[in-house]
Amino acid sequence: MTSYISGSEDDVNVMLETAGVKSIDGLFKDIPEEHKISGLINLPKGISEFELKKELSLLSEKNIQPTISFLGAGSYNHFIPSTVSAITGRSEFYTGYTPYQAEISQGSLQAIYEFQTMIAHLSGMDMANASMYDGATALGESAIMACTHTKKEKVLVAKSVHPEYRQVLHTYMAGRNIEVSEIKTDKGSVDIADLKAKLDDKTAGVIVQSPNFFGIIEDQEQIAEIAHGNSSLFISCVVEAMSLGYLKNPGECGADIFAGEGQSLGISQCYGGPHLGLIAVKKPLLRRLPGRISGKTVDADGKEAFILTLQAREQHIRREKASSNICTNQGLCAIAATVYLSTVGNKLMEIARQNHQKTNYAFESMSSCAEVLFQRPFFNEFVVKIPNANSDIKTLLQKGIIAGLPLEEYYPDMSDCILVCCTEMTTREQIDLLKSEIQNAGGNTQ
Amino acid sequence: MKTIFEKWQRDDNGFTFAKLDVPDNEAVPEKFLRKSLELPIISEPEVIRHYTTLSKRNFGVDLGFYPLGSCTMKYNPKINEDVARLAGFTELHPYMPQSSCQGAMQLMYELTDYLKEIAGMDAVTLQPAAGSHGEFTGMMVMKNYFQEKGASRNKVLIPDSAHGTNPATVTMSGLTCVQVKSNQKGTVDLDDLRNKMDKDVVGIMLTNPNTLGLFEEDILEVIRIVHDKGGLAYCDGANLNAIMGLVRPGDLGFDVIHFNLHKSFSTPHGCGGPGAGPIGVKEFLKRYLPNPSIEKEDEIYRFFYSKDSIGKVKAFYGNFGMLVRAYTYIRGLGSDGIRLAAERAVLNANYMKERLKPHYHLTYDRICQHEFVIDDSNMPNGVTTNDIAKRLLDFGFHAPTVYFPLIVQGAMMIEPTETETKETLDQFIDALIQIKHEAENEPDKVKNAPWTTPVKRVDAVKAAREVDITYCTICS
Amino acid sequence: MNIPENLKYTEEHEWVKIEDGTAVMGITDFAQKMLTDVVFVELPEVGKQVEKGKPFIVVESVKSVSDVFAVLSGEVMEVNETVADDPALVNQDPYGKGWLVKIKISSVGETDSLLTHDAYLKLCEGEENK
Repeated sequence: MTSYISGSEDDVNVMLETAGVKSIDGLFKDIPEEHKISGLINLPKGISEFELKKELSLLSEKNIQPTISFLGAGSYNHFIPSTVSAITGRSEFYTGYTPYQAEISQGSLQAIYEFQTMIAHLSGMDMANASMYDGATALGESAIMACTHTKKEKVLVAKSVHPEYRQVLHTYMAGRNIEVSEIKTDKGSVDIADLKAKLDDKTAGVIVQSPNFFGIIEDQEQIAEIAHGNSSLFISCVVEAMSLGYLKNPGECGADIFAGEGQSLGISQCYGGPHLGLIAVKKPLLRRLPGRISGKTVDADGKEAFILTLQAREQHIRREKASSNICTNQGLCAIAATVYLSTVGNKLMEIARQNHQKTNYAFESMSSCAEVLFQRPFFNEFVVKIPNANSDIKTLLQKGIIAGLPLEEYYPDMSDCILVCCTEMTTREQIDLLKSEIQNAGGNTQ
Repeated sequence: MKTIFEKWQRDDNGFTFAKLDVPDNEAVPEKFLRKSLELPIISEPEVIRHYTTLSKRNFGVDLGFYPLGSCTMKYNPKINEDVARLAGFTELHPYMPQSSCQGAMQLMYELTDYLKEIAGMDAVTLQPAAGSHGEFTGMMVMKNYFQEKGASRNKVLIPDSAHGTNPATVTMSGLTCVQVKSNQKGTVDLDDLRNKMDKDVVGIMLTNPNTLGLFEEDILEVIRIVHDKGGLAYCDGANLNAIMGLVRPGDLGFDVIHFNLHKSFSTPHGCGGPGAGPIGVKEFLKRYLPNPSIEKEDEIYRFFYSKDSIGKVKAFYGNFGMLVRAYTYIRGLGSDGIRLAAERAVLNANYMKERLKPHYHLTYDRICQHEFVIDDSNMPNGVTTNDIAKRLLDFGFHAPTVYFPLIVQGAMMIEPTETETKETLDQFIDALIQIKHEAENEPDKVKNAPWTTPVKRVDAVKAAREVDITYCTICS
Repeated sequence: MNIPENLKYTEEHEWVKIEDGTAVMGITDFAQKMLTDVVFVELPEVGKQVEKGKPFIVVESVKSVSDVFAVLSGEVMEVNETVADDPALVNQDPYGKGWLVKIKISSVGETDSLLTHDAYLKLCEGEENK
């Protein structure tokens, strides 16, 4: 199928002649002859658009969607208003490259500027960049920033940070040869005594996620104070961006760097990507920010205009001394989040509150039929222990219900524990059904 | 144009959500709660008008020719967008049981097979989210390989024509860059390479075809020099579009390669992402790839975790939505279409190069691959590359990549891709010829361009000196 | 090209003025022209010990970034805060208001290797003809 490859036979002949070669092969004389592929590589032959659509539809239908799901843990089922796809579906946006030529890229540059503003405001920081790949890589880059800024080479990360985020952090730190030490968890949140014990004069930053992986709201203000008392930076990680509409923001809690995942802000779950990495800082760290930044300036007529700025931090100019190697980020997802936030406006607070209220109802329901593990304040996730979780989960799955994420794989001492998430999309009936199913499956009725 | 924050309308934007169906209970202490939120309050029609108007102030491939060198701005087939938006893909949670994700896992498994075949590699990971992320992944694989062998290699060779991401990646990986010179022909200087290749070198990072659009004709010798001293060869696959279906980097001796699915395999660039930067490796490096990989057993797809893996480089499995698009593209083109795409991309570039040669200084006058470099060294009246780039915008074209590669002063790197008609190429060439005439006869027309764009030339100096990157009313 | 006669220079296009064991330094007119519009200057902390030839200041323009090297070894006594706020001074008045730092010289012998006006002029002419 070649409808998007141009060139009639006549055109090709004219072009070959202009190019000064007799045949296409003449253009590839620099390729070692012995390695040239004669004929075709071993892939299936091309197919028509009609066949493609059929094939891909079949593939997509092989994925079995649950009727009811309580899965969260870093990817959340939130409502996406139709404005979002209406704008991200504009091909001026989705077929544009990084806005290198400002004069014909005002649309994306301004949208990014608005995005930066919204993220800075939501997180309570002074400035944000144009996005990172995802929350986990944003966290890795935050730790690097903390180390370059403080000229120290160790970071502490709470064990209650999302396990995959910690894995990515370890990879990034192994790159820069930075030491990582994990802070123990006490009843589901940061063990403050362990944090104090592990802080030393090498510690560049303390990384805490709130709400943490178990859904619990950490006492970030206390942690920030302890970190700052040790001349270390406090890095606040937010995996569920919806919580920013309900909880005191990282900036107010004393964070120096905010690293987050913005998928909840109008981006579909899409099997884990593309999502939206967020990073924002307090002013002293501005020039340590990785990646693209859009800035406001003027044009030759003095009219307001936007342009990529502070580029001397970046790899194409600073090369081996750059703050990061990031180039392409998640531009269109940033635009999606901007449209989402513009559409819901300050109603984000109400939506976020509903997330908590539904989860609160689920928490109470589950408390009556199973063991809820931690009592502390949570946002929209909590941990529940049900005997024989593995077999119960399978039974429920057959009925199209995903009760939550089994935690044993990530925390071996948490067998039979599942992480349950409710969002504004969850209904009372669904929660009631989950309760009765768990009761039927033999959870201990109190 | 006014920002969204200046369009604040009223106290209530009318956005509603379903009524709360559970008791109105909150259980979070006051001290943890957010007190206020100041996002713009605007009605839906005004939101749509604002962002639609913004979109009209933006240039994309669907609007016109986009010859941005090394970025491979080919047409993004619409079918790819349609299938990527199927609910069976977009609504899939990454932690759904594997038995419920067989369609997604099959797609990823088959895509790795396609990429393995195209690059001549033995294993592929789809996890990296962009090209430079793939570079980091590849460099960490190489680093781990040597660490496990107990070798203390810490240097990486990089040609002076390389993308900035290459040296930045080396630093991120805790290694040191050593620059290798280019020769008069624009390719790696073999003598310099021999001098610098020693037992401390992890390997070479090489873009092939290189950033001048030239195929490294001594590639076999380059790789032999590196391998002989125990190093590895990393291929920056940014320019794979020139050679896919014609030669496989793995067959040339490369040990690692990254792909840019948003370049070679047509996933749209979204004003700066999301992209996808899978990497391919030879068998002996397979066990270091990020976890998990997907294996197939009795028609069932399963995640597989290697204990020697470098770890994860991103949460979950990669930018899946982009993988769907790239899969669809490769499946649609097939073995015949993939080869044809490369051939036509190279033909288009050579045609343009020859037509422009009488008018512009061609930095390296030889057969090129998918792109070529001209420069501003013969421009009259002090007209620069930047001026030419800006003037091109008035003709309805995007500008080429400018001032890169760094080894060519005033470089303009032109990559037409295979999706452009001869007519479009001719129009662009004619525009460049006309600009040359203007530079001779009415230089101010070029020096003060653009004239017809939504804004005139934007002041980058003011932007960097007086940093304004957040709208201050809501952020203080 | 503006190259004052009363100053000493380096091959890296820094100028230096030595008085009573202290050295005031900045970048030359040639350097600021090559850089184009300076948008940011990262100055060292006062009290920092610097070693001759080692980078300790960063000057950024829109398109490039350059290290500035210590012309002499010693301790940073004073930095030009005005330049940090208004980096355009480096372009407008590189030898005056655009000075960068003042260093307390620790080893006097090092001054011998600095370039004279004539030597530096020759160097610049050579580079311009490249």
